[in-house]
Amino acid sequence: MVFSIVAVIASAGFAQSGTIRIGVAGAHSGDLASYGLPSVKAAELVVADVNARGGINGKQIELVIEDDQCKPEVATNTASKIVSKDVSAVIGHICSGATKAALGIYKDSKVVTISPSATNPPLTQSGEYPNFFRTIAPDDAQAKLAVAFIKDKLKLKTLAVLHDKGDYGKGFAELCKQAAEASGIKVVLFEGVNPGAPDYSAIVNKIGKSKAAGVVWGGYHPEASKLVQQMRAKSIKIPFVSDDGVKDDTFISVAGKYAEGVYATGPKDTSTNPLAVKAVADHKAKYKEEPGAFFLNAYAATMAVVNAIEKAKSTQYEAIVKALQSEYVETPLGKISFDKRGDVIGFGFSVYQVQKGKYVELK
Amino acid sequence: MRQNGLKSEILGSLAQAAWFTVLLFPLIVMKVNVAMSKATVQFRWSYLPIIAIASFVLSFVWRRALEWSSTRVEKPAGSSFSSKIMGRFQIFESNKTIRLATVALFVLCVAVYPFALGMYHTNIMITALIYVMLALGLNIVVGWGGLLNLGYAAFFAVGAYTYGFLWKFVGPQFVSAGFDTGWLFWIALPMAGIIATVFGVLLSLPVLRLRGDYLAIITLAFGEIVRMVLQNASDITGGATGISLIPRPWFLGFKLPPKQAATYIYYIAVILVVLTVFIVRRLEDSRVGRALEAMREDEIACQSMGIDLVHNKLVTFALGAFWAGIAGVVLAAQTTYINPDSFTLWESVMILMAVVIGGQGSIPGAIVGAMLLKLLPEYFRPLAQYRMLIYGIAMIVIIIFKPDGLIPRKRKSYYFVKKNSADSGHEVRV
Amino acid sequence: MDYFLQLFLSGTAKGSIYALISLGYTMVYGIVQLINFAHGEIYMIGGFTALILGGYLFTLGLPVPLVLVLSIFAAVVFSSAYGFTIERLAYRPLRNKPRLSALISAIGISMILQNFVLLMQTEKYLAFPSYLPELSFLEPVTEYINSTQVIILGTTSVIMILLTVLIKFTRIGKAMRATAQDTNMAQLVGINVNQVISVTFVIGSALAAIGGVLICSYMGQINYYIGFVAGIKAFVAAVLGGIGSIPGAVIGSFILGWTESLGTGYISSDYEDAFAFIILILILILKPAGVLGKNQNQKV
Repeated sequence: MVFSIVAVIASAGFAQSGTIRIGVAGAHSGDLASYGLPSVKAAELVVADVNARGGINGKQIELVIEDDQCKPEVATNTASKIVSKDVSAVIGHICSGATKAALGIYKDSKVVTISPSATNPPLTQSGEYPNFFRTIAPDDAQAKLAVAFIKDKLKLKTLAVLHDKGDYGKGFAELCKQAAEASGIKVVLFEGVNPGAPDYSAIVNKIGKSKAAGVVWGGYHPEASKLVQQMRAKSIKIPFVSDDGVKDDTFISVAGKYAEGVYATGPKDTSTNPLAVKAVADHKAKYKEEPGAFFLNAYAATMAVVNAIEKAKSTQYEAIVKALQSEYVETPLGKISFDKRGDVIGFGFSVYQVQKGKYVELK
Repeated sequence: MRQNGLKSEILGSLAQAAWFTVLLFPLIVMKVNVAMSKATVQFRWSYLPIIAIASFVLSFVWRRALEWSSTRVEKPAGSSFSSKIMGRFQIFESNKTIRLATVALFVLCVAVYPFALGMYHTNIMITALIYVMLALGLNIVVGWGGLLNLGYAAFFAVGAYTYGFLWKFVGPQFVSAGFDTGWLFWIALPMAGIIATVFGVLLSLPVLRLRGDYLAIITLAFGEIVRMVLQNASDITGGATGISLIPRPWFLGFKLPPKQAATYIYYIAVILVVLTVFIVRRLEDSRVGRALEAMREDEIACQSMGIDLVHNKLVTFALGAFWAGIAGVVLAAQTTYINPDSFTLWESVMILMAVVIGGQGSIPGAIVGAMLLKLLPEYFRPLAQYRMLIYGIAMIVIIIFKPDGLIPRKRKSYYFVKKNSADSGHEVRV
Repeated sequence: MDYFLQLFLSGTAKGSIYALISLGYTMVYGIVQLINFAHGEIYMIGGFTALILGGYLFTLGLPVPLVLVLSIFAAVVFSSAYGFTIERLAYRPLRNKPRLSALISAIGISMILQNFVLLMQTEKYLAFPSYLPELSFLEPVTEYINSTQVIILGTTSVIMILLTVLIKFTRIGKAMRATAQDTNMAQLVGINVNQVISVTFVIGSALAAIGGVLICSYMGQINYYIGFVAGIKAFVAAVLGGIGSIPGAVIGSFILGWTESLGTGYISSDYEDAFAFIILILILILKPAGVLGKNQNQKV
């Protein structure tokens, strides 16, 4: 009891008039830390840059970094904590489930929330969360693009659709299935695999038996690389199309020569974008390793928030929302803004293919 | 003599420091980064002296601690530290006014908590209280029954999803029939308890013939199967997307805004916990409770005393599951959104940790264990990245130095205290 | 029939992967009745050590076969050292305490090791370059089973044979069997039980390390969390086959592999783990001590 009183006083966080607080929430520990920590690093890099240039409107930015372990019930506590620290905006959360749980609290407290990775369509499309924005295309946009590509460019008639049973992967897979069936492509296999399993040869055999003309994968790159490797090892050479969880250099690094020819959707043309190049270089300099998942998305989200507060000259909720929706900002993902529902505009998604060890955008 | 002892100790510690320095060298000093299938290694030499010095110092500390721990158990029960503290509390036992005053103060604190500390802390306390219920429930199975259950989160999930399903499938009819959604919570509570109990009985069926670690693995399997079904049968359960917008209980016909709703749920949780503690305490001293403990101590002796093992095991699992079911409903009401991620193997392990660290079989132990396990990480958020590391170290330290847990089970025991005078002994009941 | 054969071979490959890890599990359990939750982490650390030291040696310009041998050697040495240290630090003080205490300690070590690697290295998935040779004679059947899978299968078989020889025909093996049967009696007849237990942990960890290098080469990647997933499966396999029995661990692993493979192939991959657990439950109902487990009669 005494303990909690002390803790309250300690964390009371007087809103100093001289700083602007931005929250960063996601999985920073546990098995999904690899998806949450890169966003923390992105925010840290952006804020360091901005603070070095004098901050926003003269005020320094302070980050409030909290872990939600991608668990909904922890996310609600995380959100309460962040809100109690008087933040102007939150970058996060990372997993769609945790984001959903936390958004209720952010909405009631009128805190702008931008997620670099939560792709569940209803988050923006239901209209329930006017405070929510994201710097990633929702599942249905990516799915439609992928299927259109499969139908028009690859001209495939049958598909095997696989996913990792998670919110993001399965969401993408289901939407792909719907889009495929709507456009006359037959989905001959639709199954989930266990993320983290060492061996997928059984499902690969099943793909072979199904005689599908192509594979669609909803999920992240660790499973994608294992699948592609094991498929190619069994001489199953059909096209492999996947989402932006795989559009990651780590995928190429891990899958090696088997990555050749793999398709993935991803934000338009980021590698030559000078801001993207700088962001990656800064990350390598500070953290001595390549950036991880959703790094550029989080970087862009942080820049968008900073820009919005700057342009609005205020940390008021309505002002930030208005600025996000009306102002454009140059980010590693391109010149972006947000629509009325919170989805990002100005960066489209393209389909990429791994050619000679690099992701190449296909026009 | 002393000098020699110290010298050999220092040598010993130096050796250990050297051992650890070499052992941890690759993982700490060498940092690997893989780019384009080429692994490159970076040397962080600055960590080297840190490992060496830290292990040198810690080896001394550890050695002393182990010595202290092994000599400690030989002290008679009366003079140990915790009974000295308990002795201080004698004043409470004897002086009725002080006892009443303390209890009243405690009740006051509990009652005023949400208003004094606001929504954030209230929410944390609700989570902690849910955990207390879970720990008390698992305590029945593991602490008293001695049956290791590694899949307890399954019952927790059953409870939460019962409420979720009630909302998803019955909710719409409910609303159109003109009832407020606030009633669903109260309907769900007993329903969840009963359904969870049914699952508990179901689980106990295959394990009736198993013992020890085989039992553990089956419970683990059960827990995982439940979670998998929840994740895959998405048409019914919502799969990874879960069930959202679960209604909170209404207060006397009014739907409360989130902040007040949190306070309301807090009180509900407090009352449920009090109820749980009460019932569990009664069970502890009842025939049922003693039969369970007998089963834990020695199955064969237990059988020869006429206790039906099959019946006992069924009862154990059923009782344990009931509380998890209730706790599940409270969780669903608090977060208004459930998905399978909240009910993983790690959850079961956490609850088990709370019970064991707090003190197996001991009710205050389970409560303390649960509180610590849920409250500490919230209040030490700045160390979030080190959270699991700290948990692990804390677990090891506690289990080595206090293997019976922080607040061990105090059984009624009798022992003799020798008196100086002529009479041979003086029986004291502890 | 062709499809069935494919699935069967997949299952065999899977089984041999599980076997590499479950052998260590079962050995430790047989001697000290401890479910070593940390075993999966030792496997992961073996992989990381191989990656780090192997990577370094490779940048020094050593030839690939030498790098392979040295990195496996390093992984084995370091993992064994970890196993030895953990046993001394966290399990030995609890040897005479209730079994649950040692289990909790094992869980604690598992958490410490996972997060230690997470913090000291990285949270990301790292590509694991495979230095394993490509067996060219397998060209014709490479669609069914590839080089790495064959190497893993071969290694598992060799290890199993070596372990059986060790246990049955050597002095230390006899000491291990005696300690497993009755620790106190073994001490009374003059066996240094502490030493036997340490040796067991060392061997178990060495096996885990070999598993780590081979399986990570197969998967092509490594991450601080892989130990947990692998550990659970291996544990299920060991229990299925009869925990404490070495041939049991291998049989259990293969049963697990085939069940998962055939279940995935003929029913659905969604429930892959569920098949494994269901088979486990069925077998334990029919044979409560596992396939090759001995029904230990409890003495009064």
